[in-house]
Amino acid sequence: MQIKILGTGCPNCQRLEANTKKVLEELKLEGKIEKVTEIADIMSYGVMSMPALVVDGAVKISGRVADVKEIKELLSK
Amino acid sequence: MNIFYPIQIFADWLTYSVFNIIPKTLLASAVNFFIFDTIKILILLFVIIFAVSLIRSYLPPEKIRNILSHEKKYVGNILASLLGIITPFCSCSAVPLFLGFVQAGVPLGTTFSFLVASPMINEVALVLLFGMFGWKIALIYIISGLMIAIFSGMVIEKMDVRNLVEEFALNGAGENIELPEMSWKQRTDYAKNYTLDIVKKVWLYVVIGVGLGAWIHGYVPTDFLAHYASADKWYAVPLAVLIGIPLYSNAAGVIPLVGALTEKGVAMGTALAFMMAVTALSLPEFMILKKVMKTRLILIFAAVVGIGILFTGYLFNWILK
Repeated sequence: MQIKILGTGCPNCQRLEANTKKVLEELKLEGKIEKVTEIADIMSYGVMSMPALVVDGAVKISGRVADVKEIKELLSK
Repeated sequence: MNIFYPIQIFADWLTYSVFNIIPKTLLASAVNFFIFDTIKILILLFVIIFAVSLIRSYLPPEKIRNILSHEKKYVGNILASLLGIITPFCSCSAVPLFLGFVQAGVPLGTTFSFLVASPMINEVALVLLFGMFGWKIALIYIISGLMIAIFSGMVIEKMDVRNLVEEFALNGAGENIELPEMSWKQRTDYAKNYTLDIVKKVWLYVVIGVGLGAWIHGYVPTDFLAHYASADKWYAVPLAVLIGIPLYSNAAGVIPLVGALTEKGVAMGTALAFMMAVTALSLPEFMILKKVMKTRLILIFAAVVGIGILFTGYLFNWILK
């Protein structure tokens, strides 16, 4: 599973990353979290509000910090 | 009955019974004013920000871009300005919004209408205006802000400034996307978190602003500033705009302060122009926009919006006299 966190390093981006990490550990999923911080790269996903969560190339969350429960549902699909 | 009446009772009780301040003194009036206004504005902030962020969860920037990239020029300017009201804005989101819009084919003028309306007409400013001056002034602010945003966008579109936008901004790979639907609980969670974030950020400014206002309200004689800033002083409006430009981050504290200043003789149009300059013309935002456009375009942008604000200031000084 390819997981990407898009954001320019704001506190909310770090919160979203921390929540995602927790889910990976709890579900014992093999997955790598990659941080995308370059604005041009972020734009190429079509996202304008940050932070955003991209799973296998698809934008799942944009502009808010999802909680652990929501990310869990997203990743276990 | 005034819905804020219970707060007034509480403020009276705290001032006269708890703090034991003798009524009808300057100190009593300042303390009472401070307690009442702080509580009223904080309650309004919670309610309004929550409501606006709930609406916003249905219209995130990605969806707005989708709408705007299909609109014709003039309708686009109007829609962009209206949608700008519910979109929060900080100088950090200026670049992603600008790039996202332009790359998905939203016309430049429409993008600028949005860039003007989004910071200028925001829920924090509106709550404070409503709290300090009542709904009429808040409505005047919304309508004239919309007009400035719509016309600035149209003027910039007419000037054909595409060559002043950085190459990479026009040729990037941004595109329209569909975001997954959110559940009702996700929306309310988002609104709750966002409201807490903003209130945490602005409450201190509100307290300081209202505090200064209360002090001025109680201790500075009425008409103290009339000599320098009444409606017949031509230089008051441009001066207010110039002072407003570097004050962006303190909009929450500036408005309560302005509330007190108008009591002491600053004309309403001048005060409106000042608030618009504080919110719409921001030095940090200009610095950040340099990444995506040439300095000349930023200057054009600032000048067009600035002229609109000056016009509004003079207009309301003349009408509300």
